[in-house]
Amino acid sequence: MSSMRSLKAIYILWIRQLKRYSRSPARIVGSLGQPLLFLLALGFGLGPVFASAGQGNYFQFLVPGVVAMSILFTAVFGGIEIIWDRQFGFLKETLVAPVPRTAIMAGRTLGGATIAVLQGVIVLILATLFGFRPDLASLPLALLFMALIAVLFSAFGTAIGSIVEDMQGFPLIMNFVLMPLFFLSGALFPLTGLPRALEIVVRIDPLTYGVDGVRAALTGLPSFGIGLDLGVLCAVTVALLGLGGYLFSRIQV
Amino acid sequence: MGMARMASDSNIIQVTGLVKRFGDFAAVDDVTFSVRTGEIFAFLGPNGAGKTTTIKMLTTLLEPTKGRILIDGKDAQRDRNGVRESFGIVFQDPSTDDELTALENMDLHGALYGMSRAESRDRTKELLEMVELWDRKSSLAKTFSGGMKRRLEIARGLLHRPKVLFLDEPTAGLDPQTRNRMWDYLAKLNAKEGITIFFTTHYMEEAEKIAQKVAIIDHGKIIVQDTPAKLKAKTKTKSLEEAFLSLTGKTIRDEEAGAVDALRMHRRMWSGGRK
Repeated sequence: MSSMRSLKAIYILWIRQLKRYSRSPARIVGSLGQPLLFLLALGFGLGPVFASAGQGNYFQFLVPGVVAMSILFTAVFGGIEIIWDRQFGFLKETLVAPVPRTAIMAGRTLGGATIAVLQGVIVLILATLFGFRPDLASLPLALLFMALIAVLFSAFGTAIGSIVEDMQGFPLIMNFVLMPLFFLSGALFPLTGLPRALEIVVRIDPLTYGVDGVRAALTGLPSFGIGLDLGVLCAVTVALLGLGGYLFSRIQV
Repeated sequence: MGMARMASDSNIIQVTGLVKRFGDFAAVDDVTFSVRTGEIFAFLGPNGAGKTTTIKMLTTLLEPTKGRILIDGKDAQRDRNGVRESFGIVFQDPSTDDELTALENMDLHGALYGMSRAESRDRTKELLEMVELWDRKSSLAKTFSGGMKRRLEIARGLLHRPKVLFLDEPTAGLDPQTRNRMWDYLAKLNAKEGITIFFTTHYMEEAEKIAQKVAIIDHGKIIVQDTPAKLKAKTKTKSLEEAFLSLTGKTIRDEEAGAVDALRMHRRMWSGGRK
C-alpha cells in the first residue's frame, strides 16, 4: 500500500520534470552553449597540437569528455534547484505530502538524471554533425555510463541542495566543486604521464571513471577497463543516493 | 476510552507545551492551545512572534524542540504521514509549479495523496469551479496573477478532503476584492464540509469578521485566546485591532533577516513580487 504510493509519487514527480524540460526550449538551447564552445574551440583549437604530439584525433578524444561535462552540470544544477525551491516553489508541497521523503527524493533525482542524459545525447548528436564518429555497436554501453554519471551527480546535487540554505554558496560550489570535478576528470587530457600528485587527484574524482567509460564505449580508446569503471561508478552512485536520501529526508524549512 | 475519544472528537488540534529553540532563542516558548473541530481559528501576533514557526511544526515541516501536537488524534512527530493526510496547507510563499497548468498542479497533488484519477478529477472540477478557475484550468500557473495563484493553492489544499486547512497569511498582498472573495469560499466550505480553518493574518478586521476564536501569540508565548467579542470586552476596546494593540503594545518589532529574507528579496528583484 505504502510502497504503491511511493512508486506512484516517484513516477508523477519524474513525469513532472520531463514536462518542465520539454516546455522550456530556451533553457535547452541555452545550456548547449557551453559544451558547444568547448567542443569547437578546444576540439579544433588544440587538435593540431594533439595530433603532432602523436596522440591522434583530439576531437574524437574530447567529445566523450564534453558529453560527460554537460551531464555533470545539468544533473548537479537540477539537484541544487532545491535551495531555491524550498522557499519559492513546489518543494514544500511535496514535503507535506503523505509520502516517504525518500520517494520524493528518488522522483526528483530520477527526473533530473533523465534530463541530464537527454542533454548529453543532444551534445553527442551535435558532435556527430561536426565530424565525431562513435562506435554504434557500443552505443548502449555508452548510454549506460551516461545514465550512471547522471544519477550519481543528480544525487550529489540533491545532497548539496539539502544542506545549503541560500544561493550565496552557489559560486563556491561552482568554483570549488563542479569546475574541479570537471577539469580533473580526464575529460580534456589523456591520463598518461601525468605528474604524480595530479594523477592521484584524478583517480579520486568519480567523473574520471564516467568519462573513461563513455570514451571507451564510444571510441574504443584505451581505458581503465569497463569493469573497474562500472564498479566505481555503481559504488559511488549507491553511496550518494543513500547520502542524498538521508539529507533530503532531514530537510526542515 | 470514551472520554479520550470525546476529547479527540471535539478538538481537532491539540497542542501541549510546544517549544522551538534556535540556539538560545526560543521562537515558540511553551505554547498550549486547542482548536475545536469545525472552528475558524485565527492565529495572530506581531512580526516574529512565532506564528509561522508554529504552523511549520503543526504541518510536520519543522521538528519541535519539546511538546506534543495532536491533529485529528494523530501525533505529528510519530505518525507524520497520518497527520499529513489530515491537513491541507496554503503557504506564505507560493508553492505551485509555475511550469505546469492549473489542472496538472491538481493532478499531481491528487497522485501524491494517493487519490484515484477519477476521484481526483471530480473533486478538482468542483473546487476549481468554486474558486472560479475552471475555465483557466489549462493555463500554465505562471500566467496567473497573485490572487489567482492563491485561489489555485486553496483549491489544491482542499483536494484530498483534509479535516483542517492551514493558511499562513493567505491574503497578504491581495486586493480587497480578492480577499473578500477568498473568505467567501472558505466560509462556504467551512459551513458545507465542516472543515476546520486555521489561519494567520496581519489584517485584524479580517480576523474579527471571520474567526470564531482568536489566539494572540507574542514573544513565543500565547498571551490570550478567546472569541473576538470577549477579547474586545476584556480590553474595553471597540475593535480587534485596538484589542490587539492594547495586548501586544505599540512598539514596532524588528525581525532579524535570515536566509529566507535574502531569498525573498532576490526573488522580488527578479520577478517583480508575488505575481
